[in-house]
Amino acid sequence: MKVSLFITCLGDMFYPGVGKDMVELLERHGCEVDFPEEQTCCGQPAFNSGYHSDTKKVAKHMIKTFEEAEAVVTPSGSCAGMLKEYPGLLEEEPKWRKRAEELAGKTYELTQFLYRELGVTDTGAVLHARATYHSSCHMMRLLGEKEAPYKLLENVTGLDLRDLPNRQDCCGFGGTFSVKMTPISEQMVDEKVDHVEETEAEILIGADSGCLMNIGGRMNRRNKKVKVMHIAQVLNHREIQEGGEDYADENRAGTNI
Amino acid sequence: MPMKIAPEQTFNERVQTGLDDSYMRETVRSAQERLYTNKSKAENDLGHWEEWRTLSEQIRSHTLENLDYYLEQLSDNVVKNGGHIYFAQTPEEANQYVKKVAAEKEAKKIIKSKSMVTEETSMNEALEEIGIEVVESDLGEYILQVDDHDPPSHIVAPALHKNKEQIRDTFERLKGYDKSSKPEELTQFAREQLREEFLEADIGITGCNFAVAESGSVALVTNEGNARLATTIPKTQISVMGMERIVPTWEELDIMVSMLCRSAVGQKLTSYVTGLTGPRGEDDLDGPEEFHLVVLDNGRSNILGTAFQSALHCIRCAACINVCPVYRHVGGHSYGSIYPGPIGAVLTPLLEGYEDHKDLPYASSLCAACTDACPVKIPLHEHLIEHRKIIAEEEKKTSLGEAYAMKGFGLAASSPGLFQMATKTAPYMLSPLTKEGAIEKGPGMMSGWTEIRSFPAPEKERFRDWFKNRSKKGSSS
Repeated sequence: MKVSLFITCLGDMFYPGVGKDMVELLERHGCEVDFPEEQTCCGQPAFNSGYHSDTKKVAKHMIKTFEEAEAVVTPSGSCAGMLKEYPGLLEEEPKWRKRAEELAGKTYELTQFLYRELGVTDTGAVLHARATYHSSCHMMRLLGEKEAPYKLLENVTGLDLRDLPNRQDCCGFGGTFSVKMTPISEQMVDEKVDHVEETEAEILIGADSGCLMNIGGRMNRRNKKVKVMHIAQVLNHREIQEGGEDYADENRAGTNI
Repeated sequence: MPMKIAPEQTFNERVQTGLDDSYMRETVRSAQERLYTNKSKAENDLGHWEEWRTLSEQIRSHTLENLDYYLEQLSDNVVKNGGHIYFAQTPEEANQYVKKVAAEKEAKKIIKSKSMVTEETSMNEALEEIGIEVVESDLGEYILQVDDHDPPSHIVAPALHKNKEQIRDTFERLKGYDKSSKPEELTQFAREQLREEFLEADIGITGCNFAVAESGSVALVTNEGNARLATTIPKTQISVMGMERIVPTWEELDIMVSMLCRSAVGQKLTSYVTGLTGPRGEDDLDGPEEFHLVVLDNGRSNILGTAFQSALHCIRCAACINVCPVYRHVGGHSYGSIYPGPIGAVLTPLLEGYEDHKDLPYASSLCAACTDACPVKIPLHEHLIEHRKIIAEEEKKTSLGEAYAMKGFGLAASSPGLFQMATKTAPYMLSPLTKEGAIEKGPGMMSGWTEIRSFPAPEKERFRDWFKNRSKKGSSS
């Protein structure tokens, strides 16, 4: 199956390792991956701040960029959710709305694509560690995907996955909320960090780089030793001495955020 | 003005007061947890929750679409039953009408059961100004009234921000209470105090959970039975409702009351559900001799037909408030309005304008927990975005800096050349601030981030560079 990658701004600039693992994962499961170079950002910062006419320009650009794609897969529930907002955003322009609907219909978050479209439950990953998973709000509530990440993590060999208390709670990121309402965001992320600590996890896993940047950044500031990994990095993780397959790209080892 | 809480402070000042109040925060945290856990149990007990939500949304939406019809039907039936109905455009008109009735009855004392709409109009203050004693009989409201008119911080549990020790201290200081902080003893004390008040009251004022159009009835939902006393002992009953709180028939009432009780407190039904149809009839054993229904608009009709219409579906269950992480940390008073939490952040600017409440739509991480919790499916987080849109694009009340930044973003993110130039140069621009792969003190907007968090330094080899090189090498397996 042909897959077009939407890497997201955070993925492109800050966490290129996530994209590398994602490419390898998809290729291992029989996908042919391409990367439309014209892609930019989903436009969520402007959309959520209320600048909808500025967002429309971005949306139209993204629609054009992915017009030829068979499936658009992205390592973020939040950005996938934003692409699905385009039809509503362009409601008053019927031609664009139709094109937006086509894009929305073929857009998937990574774990959703693996589990629901490819039928994968075991990616063959090996990772011996205690970990907990933060379920991002937009993935759970806007995409309605509550199952896929857990199904895939269940089958990672060696992973001791612990329930995160109050997992339904937001981590306090919220895009511009994190910088506009910093004192409130701080309390929310601290609560999340405390819950992560309660699980005694060595690794915090998430499927959205925004949340991970927030929780990881706060843990770093508070000198917490918990490692942060994107779910793509976990699902592609190999431990060569365990007899797992090698990384597809021999020049690099596994990555983490 | 009447809806406001601590208007002398800015939003940020109120938030800071909330964040610094560790007693309040602990009380709110445990109350929230109890309330949403109970709600979720009640959802499971009922089964098919999503279908019930859809049905409830349809009922509310149908009613609002035909509001003029149902209001007329309600009005006709109230009059047919021998009651009086008054449509108030503004809070002042509502208060004026109630004052007029009170003057006619030469009322000295009024007993009230819980009503958010009368909070909206500051009815107590209006009545007190003409020398009438007004006594709140809902336990939470009573506590607040005794405590020097502390404003409500929650629409179902108005004194949610107080713990039992604080309540004991208040009763001790102002009412001569000398027992423990056990809820049973505190409640017993309040009951004894209130019983006398019920017997002396000339008028009973209630809110209205739902008015039933087909019969001209008012339905009241309580756990304390105070609404029942307030509508049976005093000779005159006045119920005050927001113009949207209406159901067509008793059949819909059944569903809406069930959704309300489950969503608000996790009960199948509250201890008392009271249906009142007009004044006492010839064969009735009790009930008021006179019945008045005041229907308040106060800006609601302006919401009809706008993108915000579904905000009027609200049945005031507070389920959105009980799951909101922002509310949990800042408490109800921070919102500066008697309607706090997500529904408050949506409703308050609609009823009172943006000028004094323009921060409210931003007091949300848009996590959508509120939208998920709402029993009548109000897309609360979408309404918050809609407010932001109006503030940014129509009212132009955001900072120029932000407006330019967003314009720049829109331009860059729709022109790949510009966008790639920005992402390529970012690591170099930020390199003077970067230490060991992280930025600890960022400029401009970034300072809000780095005040409490590290920011990762952008990578020099972006994903797109890696992918391009990889394709060139033909390493695709």
